Amino acid sequence: MSFETAGYQLAPVVPELVLAVGSMALLMLGAYRGQGTTKAITTLAVLLLVAAGVLELLLPAGKQVTFGGSFIVDDFARFMKILALIGSAVTLMLSTEFLSDPSRRIFEYSILVLLSTLGMMVLISAGDLISLYLGLELMSLALYVVATSNRDNAKSNEAGLKYFVLGALSSGMLLYGASLIYGFTGTVSFAGIAASATTASVGLVFGLVFLLAGLCFKVSAVPFHMWTPDVYEGAPTPVTAFFASAPKVAALAVFTRATLTAFPGIVTQWQQILVFVSIASMALGSFAAIGQTNIKRLMAYSSIGHMGFALVGLASGTVEGAQGVLTYILIYVAMTLGSFAVILAMKRNGQAVEQISDFAGLSRTNPLLAFFFAMLLFSLAGIPPLAGFFAKWYVFVAAIKANLFTLAVLGVLSSVVGAYYYLTIVKTMYFDEPAGQVDPVRVEVRAVLAVAGLFNILFALFAGPVVSAASAAAKSLF
Amino acid sequence: MTTWPILSVTTFLPVVGALLVYVVRGDDEAARRNARWIALWTTLITFAVSLILVARFDPSVADFQFVEKANWMAAGITYHMGVDGISLPFVILTTALMPFCIVASWNAIQNRVREYMMAFLILETLMVGTFSALDLVLFYLFFEGGLIPMFLIIGVWGGPRRVYASFKFFLYTLLGSVLMLLAIMALYWNGNTTDIPTLMHTAVPRSLQTWAWLAFFASFAVKMPMWPVHTWLPDAHVEAPTAGSVILAAILLKMGGYGFLRFSLPMFPLASHDFAPLIFTLSTIAIIYTSLVAMMQEDMKKLIAYSSVAHMGFVTMGIFAGTMQGVAGGVFQMISHGIVSGALFLCVGIVYDRMHTREIAAYGGLVNRMPLYALTFMVFTMANVGLPGTSGFVGEFMTLLGTFKVSIPTAFFATTGVILSACYALWLYRKVVFGALVKPSLMTIKDLTFRECLTLFPLIALTILFGVYPKPVLDMSAASVQQLVNNYNTAVTAVKAAALLQ
Repeated sequence: MSFETAGYQLAPVVPELVLAVGSMALLMLGAYRGQGTTKAITTLAVLLLVAAGVLELLLPAGKQVTFGGSFIVDDFARFMKILALIGSAVTLMLSTEFLSDPSRRIFEYSILVLLSTLGMMVLISAGDLISLYLGLELMSLALYVVATSNRDNAKSNEAGLKYFVLGALSSGMLLYGASLIYGFTGTVSFAGIAASATTASVGLVFGLVFLLAGLCFKVSAVPFHMWTPDVYEGAPTPVTAFFASAPKVAALAVFTRATLTAFPGIVTQWQQILVFVSIASMALGSFAAIGQTNIKRLMAYSSIGHMGFALVGLASGTVEGAQGVLTYILIYVAMTLGSFAVILAMKRNGQAVEQISDFAGLSRTNPLLAFFFAMLLFSLAGIPPLAGFFAKWYVFVAAIKANLFTLAVLGVLSSVVGAYYYLTIVKTMYFDEPAGQVDPVRVEVRAVLAVAGLFNILFALFAGPVVSAASAAAKSLF
Repeated sequence: MTTWPILSVTTFLPVVGALLVYVVRGDDEAARRNARWIALWTTLITFAVSLILVARFDPSVADFQFVEKANWMAAGITYHMGVDGISLPFVILTTALMPFCIVASWNAIQNRVREYMMAFLILETLMVGTFSALDLVLFYLFFEGGLIPMFLIIGVWGGPRRVYASFKFFLYTLLGSVLMLLAIMALYWNGNTTDIPTLMHTAVPRSLQTWAWLAFFASFAVKMPMWPVHTWLPDAHVEAPTAGSVILAAILLKMGGYGFLRFSLPMFPLASHDFAPLIFTLSTIAIIYTSLVAMMQEDMKKLIAYSSVAHMGFVTMGIFAGTMQGVAGGVFQMISHGIVSGALFLCVGIVYDRMHTREIAAYGGLVNRMPLYALTFMVFTMANVGLPGTSGFVGEFMTLLGTFKVSIPTAFFATTGVILSACYALWLYRKVVFGALVKPSLMTIKDLTFRECLTLFPLIALTILFGVYPKPVLDMSAASVQQLVNNYNTAVTAVKAAALLQ
């Protein structure tokens, strides 16, 4: 049997098809069998994500294009998709406790995560502005709903609504930019835009600015970061972990692909924008986090800062830069999921605690948890020999090679400021007197933490293969 | 040739020890004792292994020995280890001092012993690695990684202002180091490799030399520490536990001087030559100013900390003189200072363990109750002053000699530091040890225990041995220093000749 009609093969989209059909089937299962199936659906959803990942890896090697160039599967897409799938699967694992509460047995949760992941996969493979927008909206609409999954909680609802309103605004800007770009180049495909956008006409630059604004919103880069702290704080913690990992991967992937493959002719135009955005993100992420008392809010500012660092790589606009972005996002996802596993593990008498002061003396009440969290924090601060250092190394090497010295100097300086607030958490855990026992940690949280923590600590041992995978993925864009 | 990776074994043995300590369960007395013994044996075995390095080391070869190379990260970044005559003394200093640190913490540390021992063992790996790494990224990994255990050592087991001190230590050092990181990246970009021996033979453009030199300077000057970025050191010293102070003074400070020798002089000779006056000025200020500051201190550890800054001034001065005597003297002074200042902090720790204060005013007349202690303290005070016959003299004399050839004013002003050091050190000694024993709290103070003698007497022996017979250390480093100085002078003269021709 062959699905093939010239340029419209279905083979490259098999993982997406499986994910789409699977989530529909799970939706039917939930709709007919009721809330009692929540647990089973979550498990099946994780399996579905794993299956999609395996299928993705089984696709023939090399670059494949389908739907007339709208959908591209190359090494870059594979790398990012696997990462996004891991992010989603781990989030679902971390959500089991949240979903086991009788008042919150919502089977739709897992299905929404699946649909959002499907959106991410389309987004990562997007080869033109139309599929970019389709993927982005599928991803975002599911995210808006997931943010409010703690239905009886005002903060959760506020978070979802805020995310929705601002997200809609950013989608509007993105669409406006896309239509301008279409108007001035006469095509929506990235390859076509690249061919005609050789000089920077005013209209094209206008379109570019709006497009980048929309993308910056999705990666929560300054000045489009305002939603992040509120949404991170208000959303249930597993959802925050989700927001901080998989969607960031997808958004950064499309950011990278769109800028590098659609606008290679006007690098200087978007380079200045990216330099500004990344400096502003790094600085704001570092300085604004200092005053935070809520750990989830702090993680929000931390993720703003980290997106700034990742964009340093993109700003250089080179293969090394793209490789830096890929390495950065990989390590960032591991650090973030590990950190959120710790935040989920912090419970006293069954109540989740979120204040930084609640971590006091954790090194004595739960030494292993404190140790892993401390290592993750040092890694987030970029201290060698932990993984976070290698992430920063590759983006800054790319920036230096592209002669972006100011960006590099300001970047490393803001990482020193950032180190301060990570250190204050380490200080709270190690130097302060214990604030009482913490509950035993659930097994799935422990597993996620152990994997993420060991990945972080031992990254130096297997840096070679990871970096060459990222390098191969980056080369497929050029 | 060696058949087993002896250098890597020396470097990573302590981590194995730390894992063993981790396996020890519980927090009762038996578990603590086990943790201490495991740590002690690990450091002793590491020291023994490092002695094999000395035995097999060929001092007539200037190049790196015990070289190990393995693939690590793609594109010019490899796992490359090796030592030469400049780095080997520091490796030995590290492995030799660690057992003393463990013994010094035997009774002083009573809570969280396991974590303490693990932090020290991991720190040892990172320190040995810093001195034996031959790849810039690997070097940075070890160099910066040391911040984490030291931060915890100061912060968890430190004094009342430990939080402030640990943050200051961490952020100060990190700020300097990230600038060096950018310079490392620029060198990587220039030479397409981070291999140190290769980079030593890679031409670096003049402008890049200047910027990279400044960036490396930012890191090493903080680490050293040089005036005016020395202010973290007194705080860190005062708040750190005794063994932490010993490590800080004896080894961590030497990383700055080692960095100048390993990177600044060989890789950026022209910039080093251009900036030598700056270094001379800062060194002279450090020697005179911090000596004067030391005289005004009321805390024993703070006084020794400031005296360390002054002594490091001699080192930087000697290194950037770029002469054989200056550089060799700098290396010797660092080794000597490692032994002497480490021992001085141990001495302070001994009275602190008994009285729980480091106020100079709280002591006086200790000679009456602690004759053995008075003798020990005197030897190290004299070595600190630079009395001929102690190791302190050799280093100071050689650096001054080396500098005199290059800059007479610098040598002149620096020599006053010798007098000033006598003032503060003897003043401290008089206040603490001599005088009448009138303070009631001191009436029952006990002299050195066997364990304390065990930590101090070998150091006395070394101080005096190197004072009268400095040959072992000087011989070990001679060939490498000679090569370093030759390359430096060749590069500088070549540029001068080229300038004359134009």
